[in-house]
Amino acid sequence: MALLRLSSPHAHGPMSTARVMQNVLLATVPGIIVLTHFFGFGTLVNIAWGCVVAVACESLALKLRGRPPGFYLRDCSALVTAFLLCIALPPYSPWWLIAIGIASALFLGKHFYGGLGYNPFNPAMVGYVVLLISFPVQMTTWAAPRGVGELPGLLEALQACFNPASFDAVTAATPLDVMRQNNSLLVEDLWQRTPQFGRWAGIGWEWANLAFLAGGCWLLYRRIFTWHAPLAMLASIALLAALFYDGGSSASGGSPLFHLLSGATMFGAFFIITDPVSSAVSVRGRLVYGALIGVLVYTIRVRGNYPDAVAFAVLIMNFAAPFIDHYTQPRTYGHARGGKED
Amino acid sequence: MRKIFDFHGGIHPPENKHQSVRTPIADAGIPPELVIPLSQHIGAPAVPSVAVGERVLKGQVIAQPRGFVSVPKHAPSSGTVSAIEDRLIPHPSGHSAPCIVIATDGQDEWIAHSGTPDYRQLDKAALLEKIRCAGIAGMGGAGFPSAVKLSIQPHHTIQTLIINGTECEPYITADDILMRERAQQIIAGAQILAHLIEPGETLIGVEDNKPEGIAALRAAASGTDIEVVEFPTKYPSGGEKQLIEILTGKQVPSGGLPADVGVVCQNLGSTVAIHDAIVEGRPLISRVTTVTGNSVREPQNFQVLIGTPMRYLLDRAGYEPARGNRLIMGGPMMGFTVPDDRVPVVKTTNCLLAPTEEELPTPPPAQACIRCGMCAEACPVSLLPQQLFWFAQGKEHEKLEQHNLFDCIECGACSYVCPSNIPLVQYYRASKAEIQQQRRDHEKAEHSRQRFEARQERLERAEREKEEKRAARKRAAEEKARQAGGDGEEDPIQAAIERARAKKAVQQAGGGESELEKLEKAVVSARKRLETASAKLAEAQAQGSDLVDALQTGVDKTRGKLEAAEKALQDYQASDSAAAQDAAQPGDAAQAAIEKAMAARAAEASLSPQEKARKDLKKLEQRLQKSRDKLAASRESGEEEKIIEALEATVTRLQDKVEEARIAVQDAEEA
Repeated sequence: MALLRLSSPHAHGPMSTARVMQNVLLATVPGIIVLTHFFGFGTLVNIAWGCVVAVACESLALKLRGRPPGFYLRDCSALVTAFLLCIALPPYSPWWLIAIGIASALFLGKHFYGGLGYNPFNPAMVGYVVLLISFPVQMTTWAAPRGVGELPGLLEALQACFNPASFDAVTAATPLDVMRQNNSLLVEDLWQRTPQFGRWAGIGWEWANLAFLAGGCWLLYRRIFTWHAPLAMLASIALLAALFYDGGSSASGGSPLFHLLSGATMFGAFFIITDPVSSAVSVRGRLVYGALIGVLVYTIRVRGNYPDAVAFAVLIMNFAAPFIDHYTQPRTYGHARGGKED
Repeated sequence: MRKIFDFHGGIHPPENKHQSVRTPIADAGIPPELVIPLSQHIGAPAVPSVAVGERVLKGQVIAQPRGFVSVPKHAPSSGTVSAIEDRLIPHPSGHSAPCIVIATDGQDEWIAHSGTPDYRQLDKAALLEKIRCAGIAGMGGAGFPSAVKLSIQPHHTIQTLIINGTECEPYITADDILMRERAQQIIAGAQILAHLIEPGETLIGVEDNKPEGIAALRAAASGTDIEVVEFPTKYPSGGEKQLIEILTGKQVPSGGLPADVGVVCQNLGSTVAIHDAIVEGRPLISRVTTVTGNSVREPQNFQVLIGTPMRYLLDRAGYEPARGNRLIMGGPMMGFTVPDDRVPVVKTTNCLLAPTEEELPTPPPAQACIRCGMCAEACPVSLLPQQLFWFAQGKEHEKLEQHNLFDCIECGACSYVCPSNIPLVQYYRASKAEIQQQRRDHEKAEHSRQRFEARQERLERAEREKEEKRAARKRAAEEKARQAGGDGEEDPIQAAIERARAKKAVQQAGGGESELEKLEKAVVSARKRLETASAKLAEAQAQGSDLVDALQTGVDKTRGKLEAAEKALQDYQASDSAAAQDAAQPGDAAQAAIEKAMAARAAEASLSPQEKARKDLKKLEQRLQKSRDKLAASRESGEEEKIIEALEATVTRLQDKVEEARIAVQDAEEA
């Protein structure tokens, strides 16, 4: 009788790539709920439309590359890219903005390099930066949070997406923007004069950040990634914010808590920089990688021209990942400590 | 309480051990045919010492070890040798190899044997020899000859002797059941090993998923200084290097031996086998094997004769081939699939796993590596499997070595956790093989280069020496000429004699070699080469290198060359003495040269008058032509009248002479 010839190991653990991706998708849910609560249905519509475009783009790319779309679509990686990009985009983005973003992410960011696993840059961030540079107005207009402005309903959200000309949103500068542009008020005064500020950071933003933190912790618990990169990034942001808090003067960059709970801090720490493909690989490497992203995020936020900086910081560190890998190879069993020549 | 250390990574696959420990060890019985592969261990295969048709008794040696890293084979039961031929053997490659086939007679008749219960009276060398003669090789999987492992180099001091009862692979319970049923033998065996090695401490390491076995061992060990150490279950804590780290906190240096950190490890099954060999005089002819998996109805442990066809053993456990898809020798993590269920059980067969498709599904196609790093977290030797995979795909061998590919123990933890189902270990195995092949090729090329350069240098040297000799001869000749006054015609005979003498003198002064010397030199150098090759082979065998076979053929070839050289030398010596008897005089070069010169003179003397006349004529004609030319030249350049007249006279005279000579030639021809 014919016996199967296979090489060891014969047993396999329960984990699969699709499962990893599904876990990530699931972990974004709390954040999406909070965003929807504070900013309306914009994010949900973004995501729904983004997923449709992503599946279409992924199928087309796979078809052009001569790969069976059925097998590769099942890994859900295109959906993850769509989710992450659409969460990062301002709510009530027009359909074409989302389509261009997703297409850039999947074609430029992923398939041009050989598809999943071969992309040196985070695809969602490639899409985001393409949009940010090409359409700065649309990309920096953020809806006013609940309590500050009137929230549009679901129908209006759909209108905003598919018939943008007929939609006029109530917008407000994000707290990070306000903080960056401030040069005359003490932090305390700024807080009192700006309605967008909440308890610790911006209204809505602080809760969205906490929700993404919760989702991230769940992923840590599920052992989808390790704590090293996120913690290093949060720690370096907090450290720099503390160093340059300047007692809350008019030159202050904002408190550590403000920075941790503002903008895309938690979302970036747990959902963007943990993208394994484009990050450093070893434990030490991920610590360095995360910490340097934190430094870049703080620097660009406070000193740069853009209100938030996660996308640029991640892309820049994606460049550096192979370099970090080279110098952070772990000590193998039976090898002398630090005895690595070359 | 002893301090337990942890090692990096590791995984917790489902253990699946309970199925096969519900019943005690069963006797598998005597199959009608036993197939004993000549190589069941690392090192050189054994050499058959029985002939087809010969009757053998149980425990009789049927194959002798070849070299240091080798062990003999014994007949597992009495019967007749029915064949010595290539059969399929349990090996990852699925190839065939020489086996001794015994048709059993069912009488199970023992050869006379006796043990040495009081082993303390034996010296260490005798103990080691007994272990070696009992055919004991590591029974955990690798099959390294135990006697070699227990031969401690003088520069090593052994602090810790570790008996490895970890059995971390899922499904396997062969060691567990031994602990439960044969704790006394294990402890006695450990005491023999302690007597042999004299370590500072003797430990038996067991994972905490075998509470019954640990209890039995502790009971048997009470009153001895052997410590049974329990530690948390985690795969692959049974790996030798991992177990050493768990129990001692030390790491075996990369490429080194456990003895380098003062540790010697022995498998638990081997320990029992050593006990049986020393105390009862029984060679290793049977072992305990776990037969398990959902394709057998009654998973259990068997005491099975080495050489028993797997199918026979499986049937004892209620094998249902239709339910399974593959047959694995060893566990699900590091075991390999066998090509056919008729292959024999060998000394390293600790488990036969016959899983169903649901139990161990055929792996789905691999997806792209997303560098998630789960493999790096699981790796027990702290490698970066995702990077190794990347480099293996690109065949970047330098990078692979820089990322310590050769420290990979192929435990399979990385493949187990890989969400993309990439057969990582397979990539590493292939890359290792490629790199090793490259190293061998490189070594070969380097060797050829050195040989070529040596030859080139030798040729140049010979040329130089020749040149020097030539110069010496020239100088000698000039000296001679000067002494002789530098004038007058030299006697050609005398000159030839001188030349030959000079040549002989140079030869005797050194430099040149006679045929005999050349042959003697060839023999010496062949002998030297054989010695180096043998030393290399022994070294490779000691290290269990897979170069052993190649080196063995090398040694054989060199030996052949040596024999040829010796024969050539003998032949030459024989013919030389014969030649010496034949010739009245020793035929040396000087004599030959004298003879040659004499012959030349005689030849000249013996010219016929006709030929002589012709020769004279020719000479005269030449002189005439010259004179004419001279005359013509003088006329053209307008020389003095006197000179031209003189030249004309010469020409006329020569014309007359030529005329005379022509007549002489005609006369001679007519005569």
